[in-house]
Amino acid sequence: MKLLTHNLLSSHVRGVGPRGFPLRLQATEVRINPVEFNPEFVARMIPKVEWAALLEAADTVRTLPHARARPEWGGGRGRSHRRPGSLARVGMPRGDLGLCPQLHLVEVPKEPIEGYEHDEKFLRKMHHVLLEVDVLEGTLQCPESGRLFPISRGIPNMLLSDEETET
Amino acid sequence: MAFRGKRPEHGGPPELFYDKNEARKYVRNSRMIDVQTQMTGRALELLCLPEGQPCYLLDIGCGSGLSGDYLSDEGHYWVGIDISPAMLDAALDRDTEGDLLLGDMGQGIPFKPGTFDGCISISAVQWLCNANKKSDIPAKRLYCFFSSLYSVLVRGARAVLQLYPENSEQLELITIQATKAGFTGGVVVDFPNSAKAKKFYLCLFSGPSTFLPKALTETTDEEEATESAFTSERTAGLSPPSPRLPPPPASWPLSPLGSPSPLLCPHVYSPGSFPQFAETLFLLSSP
Repeated sequence: MKLLTHNLLSSHVRGVGPRGFPLRLQATEVRINPVEFNPEFVARMIPKVEWAALLEAADTVRTLPHARARPEWGGGRGRSHRRPGSLARVGMPRGDLGLCPQLHLVEVPKEPIEGYEHDEKFLRKMHHVLLEVDVLEGTLQCPESGRLFPISRGIPNMLLSDEETET
Repeated sequence: MAFRGKRPEHGGPPELFYDKNEARKYVRNSRMIDVQTQMTGRALELLCLPEGQPCYLLDIGCGSGLSGDYLSDEGHYWVGIDISPAMLDAALDRDTEGDLLLGDMGQGIPFKPGTFDGCISISAVQWLCNANKKSDIPAKRLYCFFSSLYSVLVRGARAVLQLYPENSEQLELITIQATKAGFTGGVVVDFPNSAKAKKFYLCLFSGPSTFLPKALTETTDEEEATESAFTSERTAGLSPPSPRLPPPPASWPLSPLGSPSPLLCPHVYSPGSFPQFAETLFLLSSP
Protein backbone atom coordinates (compact mmCIF):
# COMPACT_ATOMS: atom_id res chain seq x y z
CA MET A 1 0.00 0.00 0.00
CA LYS A 2 1.38 3.35 -1.05
CA LEU A 3 1.25 6.30 1.34
CA LEU A 4 -0.92 8.10 -1.23
CA THR A 5 -3.56 5.39 -0.84
CA HIS A 6 -3.25 5.58 2.93
CA ASN A 7 -3.76 9.33 2.74
CA LEU A 8 -7.05 8.89 0.88
CA LEU A 9 -8.44 5.83 2.66
CA SER A 10 -11.19 6.39 5.18
CA SER A 11 -12.87 3.94 7.51
CA HIS A 12 -16.33 2.78 6.44
CA VAL A 13 -17.37 1.14 9.70
CA ARG A 14 -21.03 1.82 10.43
CA GLY A 15 -21.73 5.18 12.05
CA VAL A 16 -18.19 6.49 11.70
CA GLY A 17 -18.83 8.78 8.73
CA PRO A 18 -16.30 11.55 8.10
CA ARG A 19 -14.58 10.84 11.42
CA GLY A 20 -13.07 7.70 9.88
CA PHE A 21 -10.04 9.64 8.69
CA PRO A 22 -7.10 9.38 8.91
CA LEU A 23 -6.59 5.70 9.55
CA ARG A 24 -3.76 5.19 12.02
CA LEU A 25 -0.95 3.37 10.27
CA GLN A 26 1.28 0.83 11.99
CA ALA A 27 3.89 -0.61 9.66
CA THR A 28 6.05 -3.62 10.40
CA GLU A 29 7.50 -4.10 6.93
CA VAL A 30 8.08 -1.48 4.27
CA ARG A 31 9.61 -1.67 0.84
CA ILE A 32 10.83 1.00 -1.51
CA ASN A 33 9.31 0.30 -4.87
CA PRO A 34 10.51 2.39 -7.81
CA VAL A 35 7.75 4.05 -9.82
CA GLU A 36 8.14 6.14 -12.94
CA PHE A 37 8.19 9.86 -12.07
CA ASN A 38 5.28 11.81 -13.51
CA PRO A 39 5.48 15.44 -12.33
CA GLU A 40 2.04 16.30 -13.70
CA PHE A 41 0.34 13.53 -11.74
CA VAL A 42 2.17 14.28 -8.50
CA ALA A 43 1.30 17.97 -8.82
CA ARG A 44 -2.35 17.06 -9.37
CA MET A 45 -2.44 14.91 -6.24
CA ILE A 46 -0.81 17.46 -3.90
CA PRO A 47 -4.06 19.41 -3.21
CA LYS A 48 -5.74 16.16 -2.17
CA VAL A 49 -3.06 15.30 0.37
CA GLU A 50 -3.92 15.75 4.03
CA TRP A 51 -0.54 16.98 5.18
CA ALA A 52 -0.75 16.19 8.90
CA ALA A 53 -1.77 12.60 8.10
CA LEU A 54 1.08 12.24 5.63
CA LEU A 55 3.66 13.55 8.08
CA GLU A 56 2.40 11.12 10.71
CA ALA A 57 2.41 8.18 8.31
CA ALA A 58 5.92 9.03 7.11
CA ASP A 59 7.04 9.23 10.75
CA THR A 60 5.64 5.77 11.42
CA VAL A 61 7.42 4.34 8.42
CA ARG A 62 10.65 6.13 9.26
CA THR A 63 10.83 4.80 12.80
CA LEU A 64 10.85 1.23 11.52
CA PRO A 65 14.03 -0.65 12.40
CA HIS A 66 16.19 -0.39 9.30
CA ALA A 67 16.71 -4.11 9.10
CA ARG A 68 13.05 -4.64 8.36
CA ALA A 69 12.76 -2.01 5.69
CA ARG A 70 13.55 -3.82 2.50
CA PRO A 71 15.21 -1.87 -0.28
CA GLU A 72 14.34 -3.59 -3.51
CA TRP A 73 15.82 -1.55 -6.26
CA GLY A 74 15.13 -3.13 -9.58
CA GLY A 75 13.22 -6.08 -8.20
CA GLY A 76 10.13 -4.65 -6.59
CA ARG A 77 6.48 -4.82 -7.33
CA GLY A 78 5.51 -2.64 -10.23
CA ARG A 79 6.43 -3.17 -13.79
CA SER A 80 8.51 -0.09 -14.40
CA HIS A 81 11.75 -1.94 -13.89
CA ARG A 82 10.91 -4.31 -16.69
CA ARG A 83 11.03 -1.59 -19.31
CA PRO A 84 14.65 -0.84 -19.94
CA GLY A 85 15.36 2.73 -20.91
CA SER A 86 12.08 3.95 -19.52
CA LEU A 87 11.77 7.28 -17.76
CA ALA A 88 12.01 5.59 -14.39
CA ARG A 89 15.65 4.77 -14.90
CA VAL A 90 16.57 8.09 -16.36
CA GLY A 91 14.79 9.95 -13.61
CA MET A 92 16.25 8.22 -10.59
CA PRO A 93 19.46 9.40 -9.01
CA ARG A 94 20.40 5.80 -8.36
CA GLY A 95 23.78 6.42 -6.78
CA ASP A 96 22.83 7.66 -3.34
CA LEU A 97 19.34 6.19 -3.20
CA GLY A 98 20.47 2.68 -3.92
CA LEU A 99 22.64 2.60 -0.84
CA CYS A 100 20.20 3.85 1.74
CA PRO A 101 16.67 4.43 0.56
CA GLN A 102 15.51 5.05 4.12
CA LEU A 103 17.34 8.34 4.09
CA HIS A 104 15.01 9.65 1.47
CA LEU A 105 11.99 8.74 3.52
CA VAL A 106 12.94 11.35 6.05
CA GLU A 107 12.28 14.15 3.63
CA VAL A 108 8.65 15.07 3.72
CA PRO A 109 8.39 18.80 3.12
CA LYS A 110 6.64 20.44 6.07
CA GLU A 111 3.95 21.87 3.81
CA PRO A 112 3.33 22.40 0.11
CA ILE A 113 5.47 25.28 -1.08
CA GLU A 114 4.22 28.01 -3.37
CA GLY A 115 4.54 27.26 -7.06
CA TYR A 116 5.19 23.55 -6.39
CA GLU A 117 3.81 22.63 -9.81
CA HIS A 118 7.08 23.71 -11.35
CA ASP A 119 9.44 22.76 -8.54
CA GLU A 120 10.89 19.45 -9.66
CA LYS A 121 12.88 18.89 -6.48
CA PHE A 122 9.74 19.22 -4.37
CA LEU A 123 7.71 17.04 -6.72
CA ARG A 124 10.37 14.32 -6.72
CA LYS A 125 10.36 14.24 -2.92
CA MET A 126 6.59 14.00 -2.91
CA HIS A 127 6.65 11.36 -5.63
CA HIS A 128 8.96 9.25 -3.52
CA VAL A 129 6.90 9.60 -0.36
CA LEU A 130 3.49 9.17 -1.95
CA LEU A 131 4.15 6.52 -4.59
CA GLU A 132 7.37 4.65 -3.87
CA VAL A 133 7.04 3.86 -0.17
CA ASP A 134 5.14 0.58 -0.10
CA VAL A 135 3.78 -0.72 3.23
CA LEU A 136 3.83 -4.53 3.01
CA GLU A 137 2.81 -5.60 6.51
CA GLY A 138 1.09 -3.73 9.28
CA THR A 139 -2.31 -2.45 10.34
CA LEU A 140 -4.66 0.44 9.78
CA GLN A 141 -6.83 1.54 12.67
CA CYS A 142 -10.10 3.41 12.43
CA PRO A 143 -9.67 6.53 14.60
CA GLU A 144 -13.32 6.52 15.66
CA SER A 145 -14.24 2.89 16.29
CA GLY A 146 -10.77 1.49 16.92
CA ARG A 147 -11.38 -1.27 14.37
CA LEU A 148 -8.12 -2.73 13.04
CA PHE A 149 -7.66 -3.47 9.35
CA PRO A 150 -4.70 -5.75 8.73
CA ILE A 151 -2.31 -5.13 5.83
CA SER A 152 -0.83 -8.29 4.42
CA ARG A 153 1.46 -8.56 1.38
CA GLY A 154 0.74 -4.89 0.74
CA ILE A 155 -3.04 -5.38 0.59
CA PRO A 156 -5.22 -3.81 3.31
CA ASN A 157 -8.13 -6.02 4.26
CA MET A 158 -11.11 -3.66 4.42
CA LEU A 159 -13.79 -6.36 4.75
CA LEU A 160 -16.31 -5.68 7.50
CA SER A 161 -18.49 -8.06 9.45
CA ASP A 162 -22.28 -7.86 9.12
CA GLU A 163 -22.62 -5.86 12.34
CA GLU A 164 -20.12 -3.28 11.18
CA THR A 165 -21.69 -2.44 7.82
CA GLU A 166 -24.24 0.22 6.96
CA THR A 167 -26.38 -2.24 5.02
CA MET B 1 -16.11 -14.07 -19.69
CA ALA B 2 -18.20 -16.59 -21.50
CA PHE B 3 -20.95 -18.13 -19.45
CA ARG B 4 -21.92 -21.49 -20.81
CA GLY B 5 -25.36 -22.11 -19.47
CA LYS B 6 -25.09 -21.45 -15.79
CA ARG B 7 -24.27 -18.00 -14.51
CA PRO B 8 -21.39 -17.86 -12.03
CA GLU B 9 -23.40 -15.63 -9.68
CA HIS B 10 -25.72 -18.58 -9.02
CA GLY B 11 -22.89 -20.73 -7.76
CA GLY B 12 -22.23 -18.87 -4.52
CA PRO B 13 -20.43 -15.79 -3.27
CA PRO B 14 -17.74 -14.22 -5.47
CA GLU B 15 -14.97 -14.70 -2.92
CA LEU B 16 -15.51 -18.45 -3.24
CA PHE B 17 -16.24 -18.59 -6.98
CA TYR B 18 -13.04 -16.74 -7.89
CA ASP B 19 -10.72 -19.30 -6.36
CA LYS B 20 -7.21 -20.26 -7.41
CA ASN B 21 -8.43 -22.20 -10.44
CA GLU B 22 -10.61 -19.38 -11.67
CA ALA B 23 -7.84 -16.84 -11.03
CA ARG B 24 -5.45 -18.92 -13.11
CA LYS B 25 -7.73 -18.50 -16.13
CA TYR B 26 -7.33 -14.74 -15.89
CA VAL B 27 -3.58 -15.13 -16.02
CA ARG B 28 -3.21 -17.86 -18.66
CA ASN B 29 -6.28 -17.86 -20.92
CA SER B 30 -5.38 -15.46 -23.71
CA ARG B 31 -8.96 -15.18 -24.99
CA MET B 32 -10.19 -14.20 -21.57
CA ILE B 33 -7.39 -11.66 -21.28
CA ASP B 34 -8.27 -10.21 -24.71
CA VAL B 35 -11.94 -9.80 -23.84
CA GLN B 36 -11.13 -8.16 -20.50
CA THR B 37 -8.66 -5.78 -22.10
CA GLN B 38 -11.08 -4.85 -24.88
CA MET B 39 -13.86 -4.09 -22.42
CA THR B 40 -11.48 -1.99 -20.34
CA GLY B 41 -10.53 -0.05 -23.43
CA ARG B 42 -14.16 0.64 -24.19
CA ALA B 43 -14.90 1.59 -20.56
CA LEU B 44 -11.98 4.01 -20.53
CA GLU B 45 -13.22 5.52 -23.79
CA LEU B 46 -16.68 6.01 -22.32
CA LEU B 47 -15.11 7.63 -19.25
CA CYS B 48 -14.19 10.64 -21.43
CA LEU B 49 -11.19 11.69 -19.38
CA PRO B 50 -9.42 14.88 -20.42
CA GLU B 51 -6.87 13.97 -23.05
CA GLY B 52 -3.24 13.65 -22.08
CA GLN B 53 -3.85 14.03 -18.36
CA PRO B 54 -2.76 11.30 -15.93
CA CYS B 55 -5.81 10.49 -13.80
CA TYR B 56 -6.39 8.72 -10.50
CA LEU B 57 -8.92 5.96 -11.12
CA LEU B 58 -10.78 3.36 -9.12
CA ASP B 59 -11.16 -0.17 -10.48
CA ILE B 60 -13.99 -2.06 -8.80
CA GLY B 61 -13.65 -5.82 -8.98
CA CYS B 62 -10.10 -5.39 -10.26
CA GLY B 63 -9.43 -9.12 -10.03
CA SER B 64 -6.01 -10.09 -11.31
CA GLY B 65 -5.39 -6.54 -12.52
CA LEU B 66 -5.90 -7.06 -16.26
CA SER B 67 -8.03 -3.93 -16.50
CA GLY B 68 -5.56 -2.08 -14.31
CA ASP B 69 -2.69 -2.97 -16.64
CA TYR B 70 -4.58 -1.31 -19.45
CA LEU B 71 -5.11 1.80 -17.32
CA SER B 72 -1.40 1.88 -16.46
CA ASP B 73 -0.44 1.52 -20.10
CA GLU B 74 -2.65 4.51 -20.87
CA GLY B 75 -0.71 6.54 -18.32
CA HIS B 76 -3.23 6.49 -15.48
CA TYR B 77 -2.86 5.60 -11.83
CA TRP B 78 -5.36 3.33 -10.14
CA VAL B 79 -6.51 1.62 -6.99
CA GLY B 80 -8.29 -1.72 -7.30
CA ILE B 81 -10.80 -3.31 -4.96
CA ASP B 82 -11.73 -6.97 -5.07
CA ILE B 83 -13.40 -9.41 -2.73
CA SER B 84 -11.48 -12.47 -3.88
CA PRO B 85 -8.11 -13.05 -2.17
CA ALA B 86 -7.16 -15.56 -4.86
CA MET B 87 -7.64 -12.98 -7.62
CA LEU B 88 -5.66 -10.39 -5.66
CA ASP B 89 -2.88 -12.93 -5.19
CA ALA B 90 -2.83 -13.36 -8.96
CA ALA B 91 -2.58 -9.57 -9.29
CA LEU B 92 0.39 -9.56 -6.89
CA ASP B 93 2.09 -12.30 -8.88
CA ARG B 94 1.58 -10.32 -12.07
CA ASP B 95 3.25 -7.24 -10.56
CA THR B 96 0.45 -4.81 -11.28
CA GLU B 97 1.20 -1.14 -10.76
CA GLY B 98 -1.90 -0.04 -8.87
CA ASP B 99 -2.58 -0.47 -5.18
CA LEU B 100 -4.93 -3.28 -4.21
CA LEU B 101 -7.57 -3.52 -1.49
CA LEU B 102 -9.46 -6.52 -0.24
CA GLY B 103 -12.98 -5.24 0.11
CA ASP B 104 -16.67 -5.77 -0.60
CA MET B 105 -18.17 -3.08 -2.84
CA GLY B 106 -21.55 -3.75 -1.24
CA GLN B 107 -20.14 -2.47 2.05
CA GLY B 108 -19.15 0.84 0.55
CA ILE B 109 -15.97 2.27 -0.94
CA PRO B 110 -13.67 3.28 1.93
CA PHE B 111 -12.22 6.53 0.59
CA LYS B 112 -12.46 10.22 1.30
CA PRO B 113 -14.92 12.27 -0.76
CA GLY B 114 -13.61 13.52 -4.06
CA THR B 115 -10.71 11.08 -4.30
CA PHE B 116 -11.03 9.64 -7.81
CA ASP B 117 -11.15 11.21 -11.27
CA GLY B 118 -13.17 8.27 -12.54
CA CYS B 119 -14.18 4.69 -11.89
CA ILE B 120 -14.32 1.61 -14.05
CA SER B 121 -15.56 -1.85 -13.29
CA ILE B 122 -15.44 -4.87 -15.57
CA SER B 123 -17.94 -7.69 -15.07
CA ALA B 124 -18.46 -7.17 -11.38
CA VAL B 125 -21.55 -5.18 -10.46
CA GLN B 126 -24.06 -7.92 -11.32
CA TRP B 127 -22.69 -9.85 -8.33
CA LEU B 128 -24.38 -7.30 -6.06
CA CYS B 129 -27.79 -8.49 -7.24
CA ASN B 130 -27.38 -11.82 -5.50
CA ALA B 131 -27.90 -12.38 -1.81
CA ASN B 132 -25.42 -14.93 -0.54
CA LYS B 133 -26.31 -14.54 3.09
CA LYS B 134 -29.59 -14.16 4.88
CA SER B 135 -28.55 -10.66 5.90
CA ASP B 136 -27.77 -9.55 2.32
CA ILE B 137 -30.38 -7.27 0.81
CA PRO B 138 -29.34 -6.57 -2.80
CA ALA B 139 -31.10 -3.21 -3.07
CA LYS B 140 -29.46 -1.99 0.15
CA ARG B 141 -26.04 -3.22 -0.88
CA LEU B 142 -26.40 -1.61 -4.29
CA TYR B 143 -27.42 1.67 -2.69
CA CYS B 144 -24.52 1.55 -0.26
CA PHE B 145 -22.18 0.88 -3.17
CA PHE B 146 -23.52 3.64 -5.41
CA SER B 147 -23.82 6.29 -2.70
CA SER B 148 -20.25 5.70 -1.52
CA LEU B 149 -19.09 5.64 -5.14
CA TYR B 150 -20.81 8.96 -5.73
CA SER B 151 -18.98 10.39 -2.77
CA VAL B 152 -15.48 9.19 -3.65
CA LEU B 153 -15.68 10.58 -7.18
CA VAL B 154 -14.56 14.09 -8.01
CA ARG B 155 -17.66 16.18 -8.83
CA GLY B 156 -18.38 15.81 -12.49
CA ALA B 157 -16.45 12.54 -12.78
CA ARG B 158 -17.93 9.46 -14.40
CA ALA B 159 -18.14 5.81 -13.55
CA VAL B 160 -18.38 3.27 -16.36
CA LEU B 161 -19.41 -0.13 -15.10
CA GLN B 162 -19.47 -2.99 -17.59
CA LEU B 163 -21.85 -5.64 -16.31
CA TYR B 164 -23.71 -8.80 -17.25
CA PRO B 165 -27.29 -8.25 -16.13
CA GLU B 166 -29.29 -11.45 -15.95
CA ASN B 167 -32.51 -9.82 -17.14
CA SER B 168 -34.12 -6.43 -17.49
CA GLU B 169 -35.48 -6.51 -13.92
CA GLN B 170 -31.96 -6.83 -12.62
CA LEU B 171 -30.76 -3.96 -14.77
CA GLU B 172 -33.64 -1.89 -13.48
CA LEU B 173 -32.81 -2.77 -9.87
CA ILE B 174 -29.28 -1.54 -10.48
CA THR B 175 -30.21 1.68 -12.31
CA ILE B 176 -32.84 2.62 -9.73
CA GLN B 177 -30.31 2.42 -6.90
CA ALA B 178 -27.77 4.39 -8.94
CA THR B 179 -30.35 7.12 -9.51
CA LYS B 180 -31.23 7.16 -5.81
CA ALA B 181 -27.58 7.72 -4.99
CA GLY B 182 -27.58 10.85 -7.13
CA PHE B 183 -26.15 9.61 -10.40
CA THR B 184 -27.44 10.49 -13.83
CA GLY B 185 -26.53 8.68 -17.01
CA GLY B 186 -27.71 5.53 -18.67
CA VAL B 187 -26.87 2.15 -20.11
CA VAL B 188 -24.92 1.86 -23.34
CA VAL B 189 -25.40 -1.45 -25.11
CA ASP B 190 -22.63 -2.28 -27.56
CA PHE B 191 -23.47 -4.64 -30.45
CA PRO B 192 -27.08 -5.06 -29.28
CA ASN B 193 -27.91 -7.55 -32.03
CA SER B 194 -25.06 -9.94 -31.40
CA ALA B 195 -25.59 -12.67 -28.83
CA LYS B 196 -21.89 -12.98 -28.08
CA ALA B 197 -20.49 -9.49 -28.52
CA LYS B 198 -23.37 -7.70 -26.79
CA LYS B 199 -22.03 -5.72 -23.85
CA PHE B 200 -23.73 -3.52 -21.28
CA TYR B 201 -21.98 -0.44 -19.94
CA LEU B 202 -23.66 1.45 -17.15
CA CYS B 203 -22.39 5.01 -17.62
CA LEU B 204 -22.90 7.11 -14.51
CA PHE B 205 -22.26 10.82 -14.19
CA SER B 206 -21.88 12.46 -10.82
CA GLY B 207 -22.75 15.87 -12.24
CA PRO B 208 -22.16 17.90 -15.35
CA SER B 209 -18.70 17.80 -16.82
CA THR B 210 -16.46 20.10 -14.84
CA PHE B 211 -13.45 20.62 -17.04
CA LEU B 212 -12.65 24.28 -16.68
CA PRO B 213 -13.37 26.06 -19.95
CA LYS B 214 -10.56 28.09 -21.41
CA ALA B 215 -10.59 31.74 -20.46
CA LEU B 216 -10.87 34.26 -23.22
CA THR B 217 -7.58 35.95 -23.91
CA GLU B 218 -6.72 39.24 -25.46
CA THR B 219 -5.52 37.71 -28.66
CA THR B 220 -8.88 36.17 -29.40
CA ASP B 221 -11.30 38.66 -27.91
CA GLU B 222 -9.77 42.05 -27.30
CA GLU B 223 -13.03 43.85 -26.76
CA GLU B 224 -14.10 41.91 -23.69
CA ALA B 225 -10.70 42.08 -22.08
CA THR B 226 -10.59 45.84 -22.16
CA GLU B 227 -14.16 46.51 -21.18
CA SER B 228 -14.17 44.84 -17.77
CA ALA B 229 -10.85 45.14 -16.07
CA PHE B 230 -10.19 43.05 -12.99
CA THR B 231 -8.97 45.31 -10.19
CA SER B 232 -8.42 45.11 -6.46
CA GLU B 233 -8.98 48.85 -5.96
CA ARG B 234 -12.02 49.92 -4.02
CA THR B 235 -14.06 52.81 -5.29
CA ALA B 236 -15.64 55.13 -2.76
CA GLY B 237 -19.29 56.03 -2.90
CA LEU B 238 -21.52 54.68 -5.59
CA SER B 239 -20.36 51.70 -7.52
CA PRO B 240 -19.56 52.50 -11.13
CA PRO B 241 -22.13 51.50 -13.72
CA SER B 242 -21.60 47.92 -14.69
CA PRO B 243 -19.88 47.61 -18.04
CA ARG B 244 -22.02 46.19 -20.80
CA LEU B 245 -20.54 43.17 -22.40
CA PRO B 246 -20.93 42.88 -26.14
CA PRO B 247 -23.28 40.12 -27.25
CA PRO B 248 -21.53 36.77 -27.66
CA PRO B 249 -20.66 35.77 -31.20
CA ALA B 250 -23.20 33.62 -32.97
CA SER B 251 -21.08 30.50 -32.64
CA TRP B 252 -20.57 31.02 -28.93
CA PRO B 253 -22.20 28.00 -27.30
CA LEU B 254 -20.49 25.64 -29.69
CA SER B 255 -16.96 26.89 -30.05
CA PRO B 256 -15.98 30.01 -28.11
CA LEU B 257 -12.52 30.15 -29.56
CA GLY B 258 -13.31 29.30 -33.13
CA SER B 259 -11.88 25.81 -32.76
CA PRO B 260 -12.94 23.05 -30.39
CA SER B 261 -10.89 23.06 -27.22
CA PRO B 262 -9.00 19.83 -26.53
CA LEU B 263 -10.26 19.92 -22.96
CA LEU B 264 -13.85 19.56 -23.98
CA CYS B 265 -15.34 16.09 -24.11
CA PRO B 266 -15.58 14.45 -27.50
CA HIS B 267 -18.98 12.94 -26.68
CA VAL B 268 -21.86 14.85 -25.28
CA TYR B 269 -24.19 12.47 -23.52
CA SER B 270 -27.74 13.16 -24.31
CA PRO B 271 -30.31 10.70 -25.58
CA GLY B 272 -29.50 9.70 -29.10
CA SER B 273 -25.91 10.88 -29.12
CA PHE B 274 -24.27 7.75 -27.78
CA PRO B 275 -21.42 6.46 -29.87
CA GLN B 276 -22.03 4.19 -32.80
CA PHE B 277 -22.84 0.50 -32.39
CA ALA B 278 -24.56 1.35 -29.18
CA GLU B 279 -28.15 1.75 -28.24
CA THR B 280 -29.38 3.42 -25.12
CA LEU B 281 -31.53 1.24 -22.98
CA PHE B 282 -32.30 3.26 -19.91
CA LEU B 283 -31.75 6.88 -19.29
CA LEU B 284 -31.72 7.79 -15.67
CA SER B 285 -33.59 10.91 -14.82
CA SER B 286 -32.26 13.29 -12.22
CA PRO B 287 -33.56 12.52 -8.75
